[in-house]
Amino acid sequence: MSAFFALVARDLRLAFRRKAEVLSGLFFFVVVAALFPLAIGPEAATLRHIGPGVLWVGALLASMLTLPRLFENDWRDGSLEHLVLSPHPLGLLVLGKIFAHWLVSGLPLVALAPLLGLQFDLPSDALGMLALSLLLGTPVLSCIGAIGAALTLGVRGGGVLVALLVLPLFVPVLVFGAGAVEALNSGLGAQAHVSILLAMLLPAVFFSPWACSAALRIALE
Amino acid sequence: MTMRWFYYAAPQTFYGLAGRLWPWLAALALALTLAGLWVGFALAPADAQQGEGYRIIFVHVPASWMSMVIYLAMAFWAVLGLTFNTRLSGMMTRALAPTGAIFAFLSLWTGALWGKPMWGAWWVWDARLTSELVLFFLYLGYIALTSAIDDVRRADRAGALIAIVGAINVPIIYFSVKWWNTLHQGASVSLTRSPSMAQLMLWGMLLMALAMWVYTLAIVCYRVRTLIIERERHTDWVKALPEVAGVKA
Amino acid sequence: MSQLQAIALSCERGGRPLFAPQSFTLSPGQAMQIEGDNGSGKTSLLRMVCGLAPTASGEVRWGGQAIAEVRHAFSRDLLYLGHSLGLKDELSALENLRAASVLAGHPVGHEQALQALQAQGLGSRSHLPLRVLSQGQKRRVALARLQLSKARLWVLDEPFVALDTLAVHALQQVLRQHLQQDGLLLFTSHQAVDLGSAVLPWRLGR
Repeated sequence: MSAFFALVARDLRLAFRRKAEVLSGLFFFVVVAALFPLAIGPEAATLRHIGPGVLWVGALLASMLTLPRLFENDWRDGSLEHLVLSPHPLGLLVLGKIFAHWLVSGLPLVALAPLLGLQFDLPSDALGMLALSLLLGTPVLSCIGAIGAALTLGVRGGGVLVALLVLPLFVPVLVFGAGAVEALNSGLGAQAHVSILLAMLLPAVFFSPWACSAALRIALE
Repeated sequence: MTMRWFYYAAPQTFYGLAGRLWPWLAALALALTLAGLWVGFALAPADAQQGEGYRIIFVHVPASWMSMVIYLAMAFWAVLGLTFNTRLSGMMTRALAPTGAIFAFLSLWTGALWGKPMWGAWWVWDARLTSELVLFFLYLGYIALTSAIDDVRRADRAGALIAIVGAINVPIIYFSVKWWNTLHQGASVSLTRSPSMAQLMLWGMLLMALAMWVYTLAIVCYRVRTLIIERERHTDWVKALPEVAGVKA
Repeated sequence: MSQLQAIALSCERGGRPLFAPQSFTLSPGQAMQIEGDNGSGKTSLLRMVCGLAPTASGEVRWGGQAIAEVRHAFSRDLLYLGHSLGLKDELSALENLRAASVLAGHPVGHEQALQALQAQGLGSRSHLPLRVLSQGQKRRVALARLQLSKARLWVLDEPFVALDTLAVHALQQVLRQHLQQDGLLLFTSHQAVDLGSAVLPWRLGR
């Protein structure tokens, strides 16, 4: 377990010393959220309607942007091989990396989303649900995306290829995540959505490190 | 029994087997297609509500079925490949992918063609069509990944992994899209609207499905043979093949 | 007891075998230097021994058992340094050493790491990010890592490359110490190396 925390601490330290990379994902989220009203028009009712969806897609795309970074740097400087050769279970180490990545790339989106939601004139309970759904959904995105990142290490086409691989797999998270806010807005209540998001989170957290380990070993062959 | 399977798992023996099989399979596929089209377009009665336009289902429904069956077959060979590390498994998965993608694409197009006269729209966010779209993306992802990786072995294994991950997600995706669709009360391109499906219609679809399945077997045999020649080109037995010997490298 | 055995190892690249099946045994206190032309598969052989690359045929045994079966014990006993040093530029030398040691299963304290760096003449630079150190200084950090390692089998790919004479001597000293403590060493190098005890040469070629 200490290896898990040591790796999380190491990756967090690295992220803080490479602030530009981390912040660019967040800025992307902000910019994308601003583009939609510009494209569609400032009418409040429309914005309220599309807001949850737009913010969810924006969060998704911002997550995708930062995914290739997850293993790329370790792969380049040779530390990935040390992770694979470590006596600690690779799955545990990978989970540590994914967790650190989420703390740095996913969690800030959760905090930022309600602020951006104000731009879409969303009511406060919708903002709360938006934050909750993203809180449950972004870790799933990190977990599934990590598999894509591991499979495409060093491959031509990099970021776009990861997106192509992983976006179809994100569809359920998107449907229930954005759907939760919608359901709340239309008065139907979002308990079912939240439960399903939770039900997707647990297997993702358990299954993904396993799949990532396999993918990393394949990439290192 | 298992010894027989492992015997055919060697590229050299499979090459021979596939070479003998594919012409027969192709002929059978052609025959079944003609039979299916005849049943569907000539014999089956016009639908009570949808008129003649519904006949597109004789292509649409079998294509959808096949796109899903092929994906499952890919996942099966992927698991086999990762477990037993046989070269043939990787080739089978790769050979299946383009055909699966084509059927998915065909299903989407025929769905659209059906939708236009019926609902007035070229695309309808029906739960099944949307799931089909996502399945199509999964195929594209697999093809993109395996094409992007130069090292053949790594490409096969990475592709196998994404195929398996995709296969596990397909039911989840289908369920979530269905949920999404019912919530938004989208239109449904559906057969069950018809009061009763005439026996003949069912036969027509089954014949077409069978035709597509046999076609898939034929084309996979052919494609795998090509892959075998390509990948095993350094071996003596490939160099000695009549179709290769005459060709200057 | 903990011997390294390679039995008929071969690997393929582009469908062709890189080299004929290689078999050798390495015992505690022994070093083996793998020589061969560029592209002869030296790195591939090392990676196969570590279990990073799959073998087209043959197997590797550690302490008499296949490494696939004793993965945990083998990884505790193994230190692999490839062409890239596995060091993070944004972290300081101290942070690098400590993180690497935790991941390798033999955590090292602040004092120990500092001492190892001081022995390499990097005491004053131990807090600086590696980014500002020269290539030679970074290699000395890797050297400090070797010194701190408790792994029994060292597999080093081109450890002497880009080192000046002083650093070469320092590395040789570290390797000699490792062998004296009954460690095993497998490495590649184009140049002749003086390690005190006899070094088994091994040539890879067609």
